[in-house]
Amino acid sequence: MTNKSNTPSMNPLFRLQYEKVQDGYVLLFPEGMIKLNPSASEILTLVDGVRSTEDIAVALRKAFPDAPEDLEEDVTVFLQHAEEKKWVVYD
Amino acid sequence: MTNHASHATKASQPTKATTPPLWLLAELTYQCPLHCPYCSNPVNMEETFNELTTSQWKRVFKEAREMGAVQLGFSGGEPLLRKDLEELVAYARELGFYTNLITSGIGMTEKRIARLKDAGLDHIQLSFQSANAEVNDLIGNKRHSFKQKLNIAKLVKAYNYPMVLNFCITAQNIHEIEEVMALSTELKADFVELATVQYYGWAYENREHLLPTQSQLEEAEQAINRYRDQQCGGPKFMFVTPDYYENRPKACMNGWGTTFLTVTPDGSALPCHSAKILPLTFPNVKGSSVQHIWEHDFSFNHFRGDDWMPSPCKTCDEKDKDFGGCRCQAFLLTGDMHKTDPVCDKSPDHHLMKTITDNAGQPASSTLKFRTVKNAIPVKMIQDVTA
Repeated sequence: MTNKSNTPSMNPLFRLQYEKVQDGYVLLFPEGMIKLNPSASEILTLVDGVRSTEDIAVALRKAFPDAPEDLEEDVTVFLQHAEEKKWVVYD
Repeated sequence: MTNHASHATKASQPTKATTPPLWLLAELTYQCPLHCPYCSNPVNMEETFNELTTSQWKRVFKEAREMGAVQLGFSGGEPLLRKDLEELVAYARELGFYTNLITSGIGMTEKRIARLKDAGLDHIQLSFQSANAEVNDLIGNKRHSFKQKLNIAKLVKAYNYPMVLNFCITAQNIHEIEEVMALSTELKADFVELATVQYYGWAYENREHLLPTQSQLEEAEQAINRYRDQQCGGPKFMFVTPDYYENRPKACMNGWGTTFLTVTPDGSALPCHSAKILPLTFPNVKGSSVQHIWEHDFSFNHFRGDDWMPSPCKTCDEKDKDFGGCRCQAFLLTGDMHKTDPVCDKSPDHHLMKTITDNAGQPASSTLKFRTVKNAIPVKMIQDVTA
């Protein structure tokens, strides 16, 4: 995959939604739900098909200036995981 | 409900609920153009009328959503027979539900698929009775239904819905698993349930015809694995086997009253869609709020936790895994809903399973009972047989 973009977008099979009762974000899909931890939620809410992986890391660094050094790496690792799970896609 | 004193009857209790009903199954109607002999709907056919009104359903959705319900299944019968389906979907979507339509496809048109899309419907699950037109139409007892289903499957994808196909697997079609998988790939399904029928409702009545033999199940599993091995992209296949051949019961409904709430066409609230067969009095949403039912009704609290458990479940180190199995199955097979699910090989009734599975493939009666009013079994007779 040489021309794969670096810009993730949400797979339309999944819907990201804040759930008050769950006190956090969830991913909804046919007949199922995945509860996301706070860092996964912060990353996925920035996935919009416009921001690149780097843009997402920069935005998070700005929002959490005191986050540990490996934040950028965490973003990359999580988005790889999210791609494997098909939550996000790259055109 | 703040005034608990006014509900100080057997039906009202301090709650044992620890989680909200995440999954709401709205059985909009029991009416259906198909007559499948493995339908999980009640066999008495007496509740086909007296359906909840649009505004009663809306109230149920609103109350369940406020408690934290996220998944809403529109089911039946055939939910397309309700003229207010689009209105109910739109309302549910507005409340924030993920909306699933569970349909046979019969009665669907392009106009309705488009209207449902506008209403915000998230996903369509389409059932098939077979990958073969003739077998499909025979099992559902309706001509041309296969052709209709193929057209609908194409429309579902054309309108960009996630599509789940549900093939009900029985002894009649288990040999065609490879054709089923090929057809699902051709139709561009996202998920495919290869669901061996579970033996409740009409399927229990026809079990001796429907239950595949162990070797049929093994062959099917091998065929599925072969297909998966050479698969590149395409649908995700899920094979659901009947637990009759297992040594441990299924964690039915993820535990009674923990996750699932079914509301039947007439408004009965059940912890699972089969539970109405049990000798318990279930509440109705016409007379109570969803919250009151979920938290305080006797029937919902009855099998929560492990206080109710008999031996060997009570002291079993796996009781938090399978919750004692399925209450309906225990009742259907032993006549006592409080017993350990006989699927468990620790159950004193486990020998019942062997008697049933040994007879798979050799039905004593010659005909399948289709789900029709003529074949309906009066409620009293069911209780006599199972008492």
